[in-house]
Amino acid sequence: MAEIRMDDLTKIYDDGTLAVGEFTLTIEDGEFLVLVGPSGCGKSTVLRMIAGLEDITRGEMHIGDNLVNDVTPKDRDIAMVFQNYALYPHMTVRDNMAFGLKLRKTPKDEIRRRVAEAAGILEITDLLDRKPKALSGGQRQRVAMGRAIVREPAAFLMDEPLSNLDAKLRVQMRAELERIHNRLETTTVYVTHDQVEAMTLGDRVAVLRAVSPARPYNLQQVGPPHELFNDPQNLFVAGFIGSPAMNMIYARLEAEGEDVWVVFGDYRLKVDPRTLERHPGLENRTNEELVMGVRPTSMEASVIAGPDPDRTMRITAEVDENLGAEVFVHHTLNLRPVITPDVEELLADAGQTPESLGDTTEFVARISSDVDVTKGEQLDVVIDTRKLFFFDPKSGSRIGARSATAAAG
Amino acid sequence: MTTVATSPPVTAGGPRKGGRVKRWVVPGVLIAVTITWLVPTLGLFITSFKSRAASSQYGWWQVWQGGWTLDNYNEVLFSPSLPPPGFADNFINTIIITIPATILPIAIAAVAAYAFAWLDFPFRNWIFLGVIALLVVPLQVTWVPVLKIFNTLNLTGTFPGIWLAHTGYGLAFAIFLLRNFMADIPNDLIESARIDGAGNVKIFTRIVLPLSLPAIAALAIFQFVWVWNDLMNALIFLQTPDKFPLTVGIRNLLGQYGNEWNLLSAGAFLSMIVPLIVFFALQRYFVRGLTSGAVKG
Repeated sequence: MAEIRMDDLTKIYDDGTLAVGEFTLTIEDGEFLVLVGPSGCGKSTVLRMIAGLEDITRGEMHIGDNLVNDVTPKDRDIAMVFQNYALYPHMTVRDNMAFGLKLRKTPKDEIRRRVAEAAGILEITDLLDRKPKALSGGQRQRVAMGRAIVREPAAFLMDEPLSNLDAKLRVQMRAELERIHNRLETTTVYVTHDQVEAMTLGDRVAVLRAVSPARPYNLQQVGPPHELFNDPQNLFVAGFIGSPAMNMIYARLEAEGEDVWVVFGDYRLKVDPRTLERHPGLENRTNEELVMGVRPTSMEASVIAGPDPDRTMRITAEVDENLGAEVFVHHTLNLRPVITPDVEELLADAGQTPESLGDTTEFVARISSDVDVTKGEQLDVVIDTRKLFFFDPKSGSRIGARSATAAAG
Repeated sequence: MTTVATSPPVTAGGPRKGGRVKRWVVPGVLIAVTITWLVPTLGLFITSFKSRAASSQYGWWQVWQGGWTLDNYNEVLFSPSLPPPGFADNFINTIIITIPATILPIAIAAVAAYAFAWLDFPFRNWIFLGVIALLVVPLQVTWVPVLKIFNTLNLTGTFPGIWLAHTGYGLAFAIFLLRNFMADIPNDLIESARIDGAGNVKIFTRIVLPLSLPAIAALAIFQFVWVWNDLMNALIFLQTPDKFPLTVGIRNLLGQYGNEWNLLSAGAFLSMIVPLIVFFALQRYFVRGLTSGAVKG
């Protein structure tokens, strides 16, 4: 087991494309770190650089105490689980798992012991003599895991290992992965596109984003899941983490004596002092246009939360999605939608364009399903104004955010 | 961002679409081609069991006229009246020529194909293009220069000489075929082996070679039959009668007896036996979708 240290890592492809820039991150020994971001954000490239499958253009990569920039994959002591599993189709499950050990001249008894142990952990002992084509997707996934486990490597690298499974199996394997990690405590770097997977699995999560001329670095923010959720440093992270996504609204702050109010459209909400505390300098940004973020989960219907006129929005339930325990209520605000480079990138990842938003702002509230929601009816929703976020509309940074480099550190 | 080169596994027997006419087009054409191909062979087969008189008097389709006989086979195999070295020696020569001339080019081509498909070296694509360009060079233009070189090296009239000639002539196509097959092996599989600790030698012998068996089997049949049936190269490069293969022997049957089709057809059938055995032995490697199960398609 080992720590993985990346200093100012840069990857430029032969055609001159900058894929990864100024990537500095230390993955601690035994940590489960998730690299998450939209397609093309460089997360797989980082993983492949750790594996040694991709050359490092600049910067340094250490695994344990060794500088591994020029070390071949086989000498890096890492194991990788591929998105496609990449099982050797002409070998049985047993031989697939033993292949790496045989190449390393591990004694036969030891190979047998490790394969049996890994098969036991993964509950695939019955499948050892089968060929991969006789396995289901979930079973192949387990074999791919087993092949990594038997190696007892310094680190596991996983490239979207669950993305080819159906939803139910994915949830099951996610729990399994967590159990295996708790048991083996091997440093794990996990790449995914799915922020729910990132939040549930990661000890820490690193949010990546494609580089741009103005921003030649990928890393947006690294931290434990709750930190990314409660303390996003910019619009991109705020919009990417959390499902359903954070509501983004153009809004203005107004000071009124001791109190600060946020105003958008016909709505006026009293901002809680704790929101001001979380945004140093926000009190100086009154009467200018800011982007307000509020999560659908920071709301409740007033019939449950109790009346609170200073913090209540009356919305129309245009669409309601009832998930059993909770209901997502959709409402349209007659305000132009928030479109910044950060938002555009998030939209592109969801297959949308800024034009597809029209000129209104979508607003989603999550309320308890105990409330009777009738489509087209009005509904009073109390907003938890302790949990508002305010962003600079130009830079996309949160007001009073730590600098990007500090955030990445 | 994850670049995954996967070829979806071939699934046989998908649902057939189209009307009744459309459904019969492909089988219809295949049956027509097969019949066209088989009729002369059938004629030859029947003729080989007819006496000389019967074969000149009746057409082969008059199957029951003129009786049946095994004399042709007897004469071709054992008659002392045939010129030396005789059919049995020709047969042994053919085997001596064919086996190395099949194994050598495939062995060399497999290594070269791996390099072209999976190793990074300067001018890789240009060199491969050069190999493909060799496919269009007509055999005939090479005979004189190659023979001159063989004469200088004392290879003319030797078995190693003809092995080399067949190897050279077979390589371009073999490399072309195997390289394209190997390049279709999913990249993840090769990378996975690299991370598992395999170098190029292990990747080649343990992963790429086993997975390329269908292509190698196809190539082996192709090359084997081609060398087995080769007449011109044997005449040009061997030159000594005691080293001549079956093809030259069969031609001599024709030369000596003029129109004795009955003997020729028996000889031809005897020479077909081994290629047929090779074909049926190797055809089980034509497994469709050998890589299925490797990667999620």
